[in-house]
Amino acid sequence: MSYFKRRDVLAQLVTAALALLAVSWLVGNVMSNLERQNISTGFGFLSERAGFGINQTLINYNEDDTYFRVLLVGLSNTLLVSTLGVIFASLIGFSVGVARLSSNWLVSRIAMVYVEIFRNVPLLLQIMFWYFGVLRNLPSPRRATAIGDSIFLTNRGLILPWFEAGAGAWVYLPAIGLLIAGFFFMRRRALRSRLLTGAPTPVWRIMAGLALLLVALLYVFVGFPFSADMPALKGFNFRGGLVVIPEFAALLLALSLYTAAFIAEIVRAGIMSVNKGQTEAASALGLPEARTLNLVVLPQALRVIIPPLTSQYLNLTKNSSLAVAIAYPDIVSVFAGTTLTQVGQAVEIIFITMMIYLTLSLLTSFAMNQYNRRVALVGQNT
Amino acid sequence: MFLKSSRFLSLFALFTFAVGLMPAQAAGTLSVVKKRGYVACGVSQGLPGFSNPDDTGRWTGIDVDLCRAVAAAVFGPGRKYVKFTALSAKERFTALQSGEVDLLARNTTWSMHRDTALGVDFTGVNYYDGQGFMVRKDLGIKSVRELDGASLCTNLGTTTELNAADYFRTNNMQYEIVAFEKADEAVAAYNTGRCDAYTTDQSALYAQRLKLTRPKDHIVLPEIISKEPLGPVVRQGDDQWGDIVRWSHWAMINAEELGVTSRNVKAMAKSKNPAVRRLVGVDGTFGENMGLKAKWAANIITEVGNYGETFERNVGRNTPLGIARGVNALWRDGGLQYAPPIR
Repeated sequence: MSYFKRRDVLAQLVTAALALLAVSWLVGNVMSNLERQNISTGFGFLSERAGFGINQTLINYNEDDTYFRVLLVGLSNTLLVSTLGVIFASLIGFSVGVARLSSNWLVSRIAMVYVEIFRNVPLLLQIMFWYFGVLRNLPSPRRATAIGDSIFLTNRGLILPWFEAGAGAWVYLPAIGLLIAGFFFMRRRALRSRLLTGAPTPVWRIMAGLALLLVALLYVFVGFPFSADMPALKGFNFRGGLVVIPEFAALLLALSLYTAAFIAEIVRAGIMSVNKGQTEAASALGLPEARTLNLVVLPQALRVIIPPLTSQYLNLTKNSSLAVAIAYPDIVSVFAGTTLTQVGQAVEIIFITMMIYLTLSLLTSFAMNQYNRRVALVGQNT
Repeated sequence: MFLKSSRFLSLFALFTFAVGLMPAQAAGTLSVVKKRGYVACGVSQGLPGFSNPDDTGRWTGIDVDLCRAVAAAVFGPGRKYVKFTALSAKERFTALQSGEVDLLARNTTWSMHRDTALGVDFTGVNYYDGQGFMVRKDLGIKSVRELDGASLCTNLGTTTELNAADYFRTNNMQYEIVAFEKADEAVAAYNTGRCDAYTTDQSALYAQRLKLTRPKDHIVLPEIISKEPLGPVVRQGDDQWGDIVRWSHWAMINAEELGVTSRNVKAMAKSKNPAVRRLVGVDGTFGENMGLKAKWAANIITEVGNYGETFERNVGRNTPLGIARGVNALWRDGGLQYAPPIR
């Protein structure tokens, strides 16, 4: 090894050793201070009884469950609002971004006003607006607005009829998943065979037939173990059915609209980055505007859009922690909020919460990077 | 060349950071406070009667008066010897543990877990309370037992959440809990009808009712479902500071027993009653034993008055809260406020 290489390696080793020393000093300092002040340490609290209720739980939970279960409930709520937020924000963002570039003057101005308003008002204020400003004006359960016979809109939430799953119902979930996966697989195969042989395959008809077969098989072997769960007003609130609480709705609305404004600008930048010659060539070939956008411009624009889009998705996931301001039981609210105050071990709890957000963000960016790699031009920056 | 390189700078920064992490020597809170010149007091974010800033920004309340009493014991009468920090329920203990505040007077319930597992000590009870429920009058409800299936608004991470859960489960009642981090948000949600009932300590119910759009439309249900002894909190391991806070409160109770008020405390220096003489510091070295001046208790009474005075001034019958002495009366009047003698 040359002298310079050796010196570099030595310097990096020394830096790494010092960094490790600093970290271990920090951790040791925290541990000794906690012990000196008689503050309990360790992760044993995760198996203690929680003792409090949570008003939205995607998994089974009651007050006798442990704090670890509380963590899972909070995590599932965070994932729910983040995933739906990402989907809605993308849909709205793409539409607004494309609308901004429309040749229709009114449409593009409306899109611009939307972007300017929702980008520039702080997210917390938007959440408060939707929750305290808008949803509070809904009627109380005793005076609920009824849509049809079983859908009710109240200030305690949107109440929808739901189903109750009996024994053996779990089989339906992988069955449906298999059907959807099969659909995508068949579509790809149909496209490839059409490119090679020119003969189309009636994908929808085949899928319909398979679906019927699957339903018949399920009915024969498992039956139909679902019963309706209709909501009914009993006393103060509706019992039964599916309740979409106003905290969830307000948070989802605010997150989606806020992030969509940013995504709109990213989409606009991506579309503007595509060479004008592409659009002109496409129209010279006789493609209508919608087709040009979908088949020519957007696929090329996606290469520019995806990296900043990943950042916006990560921002949305982390911004969902503002749920604590409106009592939505996400992970910050139930775990780094209630559990932290009941148990008192701030260091461990905040550490766990940070690790969870870090993992979520890393997973999201990993998935987006995989997608990015697929749409990138071969040989260009990946 | 190496000294200017960015690699050296990063090494240097790392080294300074590591050195700066060395733990500070633990000094007693009293000496830290004396050197600093004021007592750092942690209070709530606005609870009328306990700790609430008025329209000029001045803090008032029973807990505020306790902080001012401790400051008067250490420095002497004067408002400039206390600085108040508004803390939410979530951050109150971490603020105390980290040293951001010296004393937490934030209507905090004394419970075993808090006393043993958080590295803090409770030094007494300055208000005996219990948890209650507030509902709208037009619901026609007379008892908590009729709240089956109701939605409850409450503050995040308090004993209130746990007590409500325990009570409803024990009585086989369903409920939906909506827990807000700030008390103001919980009250606002209850006000708009998001919840059927608002639950917290009964004293806070009376206080927060004042913030509703039409206070007369709401009633506090009669049931008290838990014990909530509210008291000041200090860090564990500093017995001298704990003694000072403990005896500041007990001095106020002893003063009420002996009839020493903020109006007559100066005249009481000439009293012939030996108990009064010990209280105001004419006899004995009780102040010095805690590291304070001899007139420590007299300063307290001058600054905030005795316990009865601060109670009546902040939550008493002539205030909007209108709370009777009840269990907070002196022991000889049938209440629970009882202080060991100063002798």
